[in-house]
Amino acid sequence: MNDLAFVLVALPLLGAVVPFVLGRRAPEMARVVTVAVLIAHVAVAVVVAALVATGGPLTYVVGGLPAAVGIGLLVDQLSAVFVVLVAGTGAVAYGLLREEATGPGDGLWLLLVAGLTGVCVTADVFNLYVFLEISGLAAYALVAGRRGTTRALAALQYLLVGTAGATLYLLGVGYLYVSTGTLAMADLRVALPEVGYASPLVVAAFGFVVVGLGVKLALFPVHTWKPDAYAAAPVDVAVVLATLGSTVAGYALVRLVYGVFTVEFLTAVPAARTALLATGAVGVLVGGYLTLRQARLRRMLSYSSILQFGMVVVGIATATSAAITGAVLLLVANAVAKGGLFAAAGLFERTLGTPSIDALAGRGREFPVVSLAVAVAFASLVGLPPSVGFAGKWYVTVAAVETAEWTVLAVVLASTLISLAYAGRVVEVLYLSPDGNSGAVAADGGAAAPTTRFRGDWRTTALVAGAAVATVVLGVASSGLAAWIAPVVEVWL
Amino acid sequence: MTAAVSLVESLLVARGAYVVYALLVGVGLFVLVDDDNLVRKVVGLNLFQTGVFLFFVTSAFRADGVAPLLSSGGPYVNPLPHVLILTAIVVGVSVTAVALALVVRLHAAHGTLSEAAIREAAAAELEVAER
Repeated sequence: MNDLAFVLVALPLLGAVVPFVLGRRAPEMARVVTVAVLIAHVAVAVVVAALVATGGPLTYVVGGLPAAVGIGLLVDQLSAVFVVLVAGTGAVAYGLLREEATGPGDGLWLLLVAGLTGVCVTADVFNLYVFLEISGLAAYALVAGRRGTTRALAALQYLLVGTAGATLYLLGVGYLYVSTGTLAMADLRVALPEVGYASPLVVAAFGFVVVGLGVKLALFPVHTWKPDAYAAAPVDVAVVLATLGSTVAGYALVRLVYGVFTVEFLTAVPAARTALLATGAVGVLVGGYLTLRQARLRRMLSYSSILQFGMVVVGIATATSAAITGAVLLLVANAVAKGGLFAAAGLFERTLGTPSIDALAGRGREFPVVSLAVAVAFASLVGLPPSVGFAGKWYVTVAAVETAEWTVLAVVLASTLISLAYAGRVVEVLYLSPDGNSGAVAADGGAAAPTTRFRGDWRTTALVAGAAVATVVLGVASSGLAAWIAPVVEVWL
Repeated sequence: MTAAVSLVESLLVARGAYVVYALLVGVGLFVLVDDDNLVRKVVGLNLFQTGVFLFFVTSAFRADGVAPLLSSGGPYVNPLPHVLILTAIVVGVSVTAVALALVVRLHAAHGTLSEAAIREAAAAELEVAER
């Protein structure tokens, strides 16, 4: 049964080869294979989660080597959450949004899913680097799409920054290896205190690992690739990346900070904790300021992610079990809400012919379901109950009060107010502005915005509505989710 | 003065590989950030990665170590970092290939390798599209 942990990664990885081979000659066949692999992947993910629920964590060592030199896989309660999220998003976004069947493109999609799954289940720090780069490579190529120079430039910038980040992470792994002689997370956890948490090697390793993953998370000030890449990418790619890309890197950060370096490291090296907290707090404030200044919906959503991941890092830095639970819930909340919002942004862009927020004036009645879902998703980003975003902020707030960390409390409050400002603006434009059709848009002297309804819009609507429902359902079930990951968090602390 | 000289000398003799690694990483990152030419940016990224690879391979060294073949008696140099870096080199080559493919696409469209010029052209196109 433990072999399923291996199948989880191997299935999409090997499946990715088929669409590449079929290529452009048989794109329809490639599409059938891709859908089959994605559905099977979801099934395996659900079975694995059920196994974890009944029998505890699954471990597997690839090739049957000893874990010290082999590659270990581990699916515990925490990884199971993200594995299900990755598999589900990969399948749903493909089924509802993927536009044209192209063999190589479908291969890249499966490669992306394989890489992201790998990051979630690996128990080896070097293997984590490899999976980060597999998912990264697939993401760069998907952002570039099949044509278009704006996309190519955004993808190239994403590639240069992302690879530099991954290489810094690799340097951190090198320092860990030099100081301990092992790469398995479980062994590192034991070996690091023997080296001494305050040793320059270990502190440098922590710095490189956090900075490297920080690039993938798009924390301020290494966030610049994200708005460009997510605004230029095809809609289906933007949705899957906004949902999963940085979320999985955030999971990796939680896993490394608490599963490898442990909370004792943060106690022994207060500077590390302060740096995390400062990075997160500055990210919230600057990200929020930049979000408010955006005139285009997709760019605004990207900057909002920078704020949200700042919150996640603040949660990680607070270092109590409630704070870690809050950080994980915030990761899930941001993923679900951003997926739905990017899909809605794509629908608006296609229907109205412009990415600007002002063009949405008075369109609430035209897209009744999507607009309502957008409002719900934004409510989750702000942190209004009963959404899952509220639950995440609640846990971080409780942790801040417990530890008397008033800075954290202030940051949570600031993030809520800023989020309310930008979310309120979009919802207000949608519902309360006079219809922009006769006024602002035409006054630009631009082409009249096409308002033809496309076939297939119901699919996007279904996805956006599904994301909105998920934020509420997960919010109501948030205490269950917290209890589900509690075994992992308790062991860490 | 002589103290400084002997310090540099001891650094180079005992830690020469680490000095080279730090230089490669520094030069690579600087070129990646500072240069306007897209191809040179990709080369800078490669230098940066190569520096990190060198650090790993250096860490495998031990005095009097021999290649880890069962036929030759130990002590062996550590084979694991070499294996890791073989993997990392493959990753690096793939990333470079994707990067150069994107550069080719940009060059075909804009006829230049200068990032600033391409950005300007792209911004101008965007303005036309929005007007």
